[in-house]
Parts: sequence; structure tokens; C-alpha cells
Amino acid sequence: MTKTYDIAIIGGGIVGCAVARRMTLAGAKVVLIEKSPDILAGASKGNSAILHTAFDAPEKSLELQCMQAGYAEYLDIHKSMNLPLLKTGALLAAWSPEEQAKFEGIMVKAANNGVADLKLLTTAQAQKKEPNLSNNLLAAIEVPREYVIDPWSAPLAYLTQAVENGADTLFNTEVIGGFFDDSKQEGLWLLETNNGQIKANHIVNCAGLYGDLLNKNVFGESDFEIRPRKGEFVVFDKAASKLLKNILLPIPTEITKGIVIFPTIFGNIAVGPTADEQESRADASVAKENLEMLYAFALDKIPALKHIPVTATYAGIRPATEKKHYRVKHDVKNNWVTLGGIRSTGITASLGLAQHVESLFNEQGIRFNKLASSRTPMMPNLAEHIERDWQKPGVEEIVCHCEMVTKREIKKALDGSTLPAGSMEGLKRRTRATMGRCQGFYCSARLAELTEGKFAESIAVKSDKKEGGS
Amino acid sequence: MIATILQKQCDVAIIGSGPAGISAAITLKKAGVDNIVVLERESEAGGIPRHCGHIAFGFKKYKRILTGLQYAKNNIEEALNLGINIQLNTTVTALGEGGKLSLVSQQGISELNAKRVLIATGTREKPRSARFVSGDRALGIYNTGALQGMVYLKQKIPFKRPLIVGTEIVSFSALLTCKKGGIKPVAMIEENPKPTVRWPIYYGAHLFGTPLFLETKINKIIGDQRVEAVILESAQGQKKSIECDGVLFTGQFTPESSLVRMSHIAFDSDTFSPSVNANGQCSDPAYYAAGNVRQLVPEKGRNAYFYTSDNPPNAVNISGMCWDQGGEVALNILESFSN
Ligand SMILES: Cc1cc2nc3c(=O)[nH]c(=O)nc-3n(C[C@H](O)[C@H](O)[C@H](O)COP(=O)(O)OP(=O)(O)OC[C@H]3O[C@@H](n4cnc5c(N)ncnc54)[C@H](O)[C@@H]3O)c2cc1C
Ligand SMILES: Cc1cc2nc3c(=O)[nH]c(=O)nc-3n(C[C@H](O)[C@H](O)[C@H](O)COP(=O)(O)OP(=O)(O)OC[C@H]3O[C@@H](n4cnc5c(N)ncnc54)[C@H](O)[C@@H]3O)c2cc1C
Repeated sequence: MTKTYDIAIIGGGIVGCAVARRMTLAGAKVVLIEKSPDILAGASKGNSAILHTAFDAPEKSLELQCMQAGYAEYLDIHKSMNLPLLKTGALLAAWSPEEQAKFEGIMVKAANNGVADLKLLTTAQAQKKEPNLSNNLLAAIEVPREYVIDPWSAPLAYLTQAVENGADTLFNTEVIGGFFDDSKQEGLWLLETNNGQIKANHIVNCAGLYGDLLNKNVFGESDFEIRPRKGEFVVFDKAASKLLKNILLPIPTEITKGIVIFPTIFGNIAVGPTADEQESRADASVAKENLEMLYAFALDKIPALKHIPVTATYAGIRPATEKKHYRVKHDVKNNWVTLGGIRSTGITASLGLAQHVESLFNEQGIRFNKLASSRTPMMPNLAEHIERDWQKPGVEEIVCHCEMVTKREIKKALDGSTLPAGSMEGLKRRTRATMGRCQGFYCSARLAELTEGKFAESIAVKSDKKEGGS
Repeated sequence: MIATILQKQCDVAIIGSGPAGISAAITLKKAGVDNIVVLERESEAGGIPRHCGHIAFGFKKYKRILTGLQYAKNNIEEALNLGINIQLNTTVTALGEGGKLSLVSQQGISELNAKRVLIATGTREKPRSARFVSGDRALGIYNTGALQGMVYLKQKIPFKRPLIVGTEIVSFSALLTCKKGGIKPVAMIEENPKPTVRWPIYYGAHLFGTPLFLETKINKIIGDQRVEAVILESAQGQKKSIECDGVLFTGQFTPESSLVRMSHIAFDSDTFSPSVNANGQCSDPAYYAAGNVRQLVPEKGRNAYFYTSDNPPNAVNISGMCWDQGGEVALNILESFSN
């Protein structure tokens, strides 16, 4: 490993992927280092996938700026990479007079944040838009440009574009320390990993849930502390999609955005997240009582969901910190940028954060030779409202019947793409196989066969039994 | 040989080549209805019995005890010998008014106008997610159907020492399947004071040396990549951890009926089945339903004796009864043509 990179990005969450894309296109020699076998192993694994307008973001904050820049860039580039956008809009619903009393403040804040198209709806107007909402609805604010995206294909597209334009990736590689040699004019980092040393002039810490630990391991201290906050979700079967068109937002409180009921890009309706602080940065388990609470919450707001079965449950962990704002810092002396505490808006803000990183470099006069021409990957579409692979000619076999995943899609995700799936989790996120209502009842056997020899942790295990009996 | 040409029109389209669908097809064909087609989304015909490598199937029909595999094979052979058109790798994607079906097959997407349609899409088990079980979502969590498919169709196993959840008749099949695959379950658990089916479970657990824990449920599944342990909880709230490399959720049948749910056809949201009249006919008179998609309530004196009255399972019927019902509904379809 003698190659010296301009920039090493630590962490393959959505933020790291977006920064890798941006800086590669800006002309930097980039490496993305990720400790897991695949991207999206941390906070970016489970979320609501809402592209926020930032109408309720902290005023004048970096978060607001990055969310709006990220939102705008996503709208700008998504078609060129075949990334979907579901233009749902949102209703901010008041179920009590106390909640309704907060409407004025919300409208004022939104206007200050430059989101000027919010509309107050009467009960009748709101019910007309969403006839399946419970009669307890008092009033609503319409936020027309809150949208839904595919939370896995987007970061995969960002990193794919980076790699196709020259970036390197190192998976199963954990940064455990580093030494900064500032004797040279540019400054050189020697990063210690479990896979040997990596050399780079600049570092961007995108380690999400481990961002503070990384800084501690390298500098002996961190000026922020991650306080992991778990959010659980319940997903209803696709038949529920008839019952809700908008994202149904609660009135946000100081601590949380609250429980949302929202359409997913895959054609389901989901409810969540909860918000529970916990010690563990890795424990994304679900708890029966929380799932039951979410289920009851959803039925209370949309009674007809009672007739719809549950398809899936999942959880994600927010990299929250002891403070509310993003913990972004450029340690100019040490060539070290930290994008820390990207708590609950990173899906929206990631492209904006990447722009911010580029401007931090520019401010210091650090420039690269912008690529003369660049490649743009076309991602496989998994969104339900756009033509799927099974609807195109030449389908040999449908493997996952609930999500209508073709053999062709599975083969492509395993072998035919720039960043192939290295685990069942990765395959699920790239194709949706087994993510539907039967959760693998029908297709697990076929998948075990198709993925044989592809994953470190394979679906099938070796039998202790001697060969023979079949 | 299985025909590969997909026509645009037919008299009866049958969705599903399990016992109910095949029996209906054979009945109709024998009664002289020639223009029928069986639509099957898998690459082989036969339905659930196709991956039941265990006994006991087909006793009533063949007067012999067969494995599910043999039973499915016999049924399909009989249908093919009669010249019945079975379209494999053909998925029905939507049920339109008056029998207009949307399909996808190797020939792409198409429509089929059927004068009558029989919905015979069967049943499956409730997955872990819909049961709201706490814990990690690691590799190694399956239903019996998936396990059977792996063991009998692909000669593979997804775990070596799983915990089995549930004590229905299908849980007994799960024990047999484990035995076949060289899998040694660490225990079988049941929330109720007694197994859902009595003697097969007591007998099976004893025979295979699987500890049976009653009044026990899962408190939490633990595992990073793959399942590593399960914390069990007794009725008294006592917890204990048990090491295992998988969890098998058995039973709690739920009809494979989303096609109906997503359509204009009346749906019974308590049983998750299409609403049918005494003839098996749906609210759209072009449609009928038969087999386990109807979540039949077991008739007294047939297989009901398996069950204790204090904790009846979600209704599911054995193949023979689905076969019978397929035939009965086919006769009703036949009669509807002459009216
Ligand atoms: C429940 C929930 C709902 C959400 N909903 C939304 C939403 O609707 N809209 C929205 O915009 N945002 C939402 N978010 C927020 C969004 O998911 C996060 O802001 C975002 O995922 C943070 O990404 P990240 O890249 O900073 O961190 P991560 O995804 O945690 O990425 C960090 C990566 O770094 C790796 N890593 C860590 N340490 C090291 C090391 N030393 N060496 C190598 N690799 C390392 C990790 O393995 C990980 O892959 C939600 C979040 C949650 C939890
Ligand atoms: C795990 C499990 C184990 C069982 N074990 C036994 C047992 O040991 N003994 C026993 O008697 N019974 C058993 N049963 C009960 C079983 O349901 C019946 O035996 C019988 O198979 C039901 O017949 P069926 O024709 O109604 O449906 P199935 O046999 O389930 O057949 C339905 C068919 O429809 C097809 N299909 C579904 N949707 C579509 C679509 N949209 N387009 C095209 N094709 C479609 C499916 O691929 C399938 O082939 C078991 C069931 C399960 C789930």
C-alpha cells in the first residue's frame, strides 16, 4: 500500500458515500474505508427515507443549509442515475387543540426557513385529501414538497459513481488509529487499520455512530459524544398503500420529530420511528412492546389499517449527540474534517454535507483537478411506482414473488455491478428479495441456491451429517 | 411435456397448481371443458406438497401412503396425461373484473380473458415480523415452508441447531424435516399449557429427543450476523438463555391472498380469504376459490381430532381436503356454464 490518496473517507454510511462521490467528481483521489463488508452498516441502515424540505429545521443552522442543498441536488441528479422520487407531500396533523395551537409557530418557522408553500387545511380539506384518517383529526398543515426516496439505492448510487470515476473502496477495514506527519508541506496521514496502513493527505470522518470514538482513537479526545437513539418501525403490506398518499407527520417536539406514518417507495405504508436512547451503538433489535405501540398508533390514526397484515419490522439508530446540532468541524491544522452527529436528517442532507466539505477545502485553497468528463451509473429501479424489471421483456424467472424480484436482478446484484452484494442483507437492499409479506417462505430455498459461494455468511450452512441420504 | 404457448382467451383459468387447482383442472377436463389453463408461478408444478418430502399424503386418493413429493408428482402426471395445459413461471399479477387476468411469464406481460377463474393460491405461515417477536434480525430465522424447500428441493440446510416455535401439525412436519436434514433442534416451545396438536408433538419430540417447553415464549432473539441464542420466558416470567443457530416459526397459517385483497373482489378481513358463497363463488361471479386460500375451518371428525379445543390454530386443511374441494368447486363452475 504505497499509494497516497488526496482524501480518505472513513465510513460508508450515506454521508461517506455522498462525500466520496462529490470529492471524486471534484478531481480528488479518494478512498472510502468501511469496517463492515458492505456500505450502510450503521445509522443509514434503517430510516424513514423522507426527503425533507427542512421546514422545521433549526433556523440558520448548518443542518438547514445542508438539508436544503441536499434536497435540491437530489432533485437535480436523481433522474440521471435512475433514482426514484415519490412526490407524496406531507400533512402535519393536529389531533388536539394543544397541537393545533402550535400551527402558527410552525408556519412562521417554515417561512423563515424559506419553505413558503405550507398551507393550512380545515378538517374537511384534510379529510378530502386523506379520507381514511380517523375522525379525531382536527386540522392539518400541508407541506407539499416533502417526498420519499429509496434509502439504499441512493447511497449505493453515490458510491458507485465515485468508484466508476476512480475512487477506491476498502471494506472489512477499520481505522483504529493514525499518525499525522506535518513535516511535509501538504501534511500526510498514516492511518492504522486492521488491514495495514493507508496514506492520505486529508481525512473526512464520516463514521456516524462511531464518529466520536474515531476522533478519540486518533487524537485522544473528541469534542462531542454520540448518544445512540434507536428508532423502530412497523411496515404494513402493500394493500395499505390505498389508505394513505401523503406522509403523515406529527407535531414535532423539542426532542423528536415524533412518530410518522408514511408511504415507502416500495409501495408499503410504514409507521415509526420510536426514539429511545441506549448505550449500544450496534443493537438495532426490535422490542415487542414498541412494535405493538406503533401498530396501535397507526390503527388509531388510520383505522382501516386494522385489516392489513404486517409485512416487516425494523430499527435504525440515530447518531445523536449531547447537543442538538450537527457536529461538523474542519481541523485545518490536522487536515481532518469531522461530519459528526448527523442525527436524523442525513438522508436529506448527505449531498449537501458533501457540498459543504468541498467548500471547506476550497476555503483553505485546497483544490483538485476537476474531472473533465465523468460517468454516471444507472441504478436498477426498486420503486413500485416506476417500471420494475419484471415488467420488462426477457424475464426468465421471478424468484421473490412478494416483491417480484427477477433472477436477472439477483444475478446483477451478485455479479454484474460495481459494488456487488456481499451478504444477504446487501442483496435484500439491492433487490428487495425476501423483504415482502412472506419474508422468504417461498423463495429462501431458491435464494440459497442462487447465492451459493457468494457470501461470507451464507444462507445455507454445512451439514454435520455424512453425505448420502438425500 | 408442458405446453408453452399462452393464449389470450380461455374458459377456465386456474391460479395455482397445488392439490386444489390440479384437482379442479382434472375434474373440468374430464367433464369435457377443454379450454382450460393452470397458471403456476413456480418453475415446477405441484404446490406445497412438492416440498413436503415427508409422509403422509394421498391415502384417500391413491390408497397408499405417499410422501408429498410423490403425491404432487402423481397429481401432475395425471393432469398432463389428460392434456391439461400447465403454464409454469407464470405469475398472475392482478385480478380484473369479469375474469380478466394480468400475467407475467417468460413471454413478458400479458392479459388473459377467462370466462371463469379459480383462485387456488394456497396458504403460508406467518413470518417472525408479523408476530412482533423482539430481538435481532439475524440470519437463520425461517418458516417451515422455507426449511422444507431447502431440505427437500435443494438438499441444503439453513441451520443445525434451531429453536422450533409452535406445536401445530406442521411443527411435527418440521421435526421430520429436521431429521431428514441432519438438523438437531435445541427445543420446541409453545406458549400454551398444551401443544396445539397433542399426540404427534409428544410423540415426535420424544422420538427425536427434542425437549418440549410448554408455557414458554421468546423474550428476545440474539445474534449479530447469524442467530446465536434465544432468551426464553416462562409464564411466570422466568428467563433463560438457550444457545441456537436459528429460529423456526411454524404454523399460524395465513392465506396467500394478496391478489384478492388488492382487487375489486370482496375480501373477508377476519380470515384474510376471499368471501365466497356456498358454491365457492366470489363477489365477482367470474371468480371462484378453493383449497387453503379459503382458510377452511376443519370439519368435525376429520382432522379436528388433532386439536385441543382450548387453543385451536388458524385453520388449515390437509391436501386431501383441498383436493376434494377443488373438485367440488370445479363442478359448480361447470354448472355455471350450463345456466
Ligand atoms: C430511525 C431513523 C429514521 C430516520 N429518518 C430519516 C429521514 O426520514 N430522512 C432523513 O433525511 N434522515 C433520516 N434519518 C437520519 C439518517 O439515517 C442519518 O442521518 C444518516 O444515516 C447518518 O449517516 P452517516 O453516514 O453519518 O452514519 P452511518 O450510517 O452510521 O455511517 C457510518 C459508517 O462508518 C463505519 N465506521 C464507523 N467507524 C469506523 C471505523 N473506525 N473505520 C471504518 N469504518 C467505520 C460504520 O460501519 C458505518 O457504516 C433517520 C435515522 C434514523 C435512525
Ligand atoms: C409449510 C407447510 C407444510 C404443510 N404440510 C402439509 C402436510 O404435511 N400434509 C398436508 O396434507 N398438508 C400440508 N400443508 C397444507 C397445504 O396447504 C395443503 O396440503 C395443500 O398444499 C393446499 O393445497 P392448495 O392447492 O390449496 O395450495 P398450494 O399447495 O399451496 O398451492 C398453491 C399454488 O399456487 C401458486 N400460486 C400462488 N399465487 C400465485 C400467483 N399469483 N400466480 C400463479 N401461481 C400462484 C403457488 O406457487 C402454489 O404452487 C402444509 C402447508 C404448509 C404451508
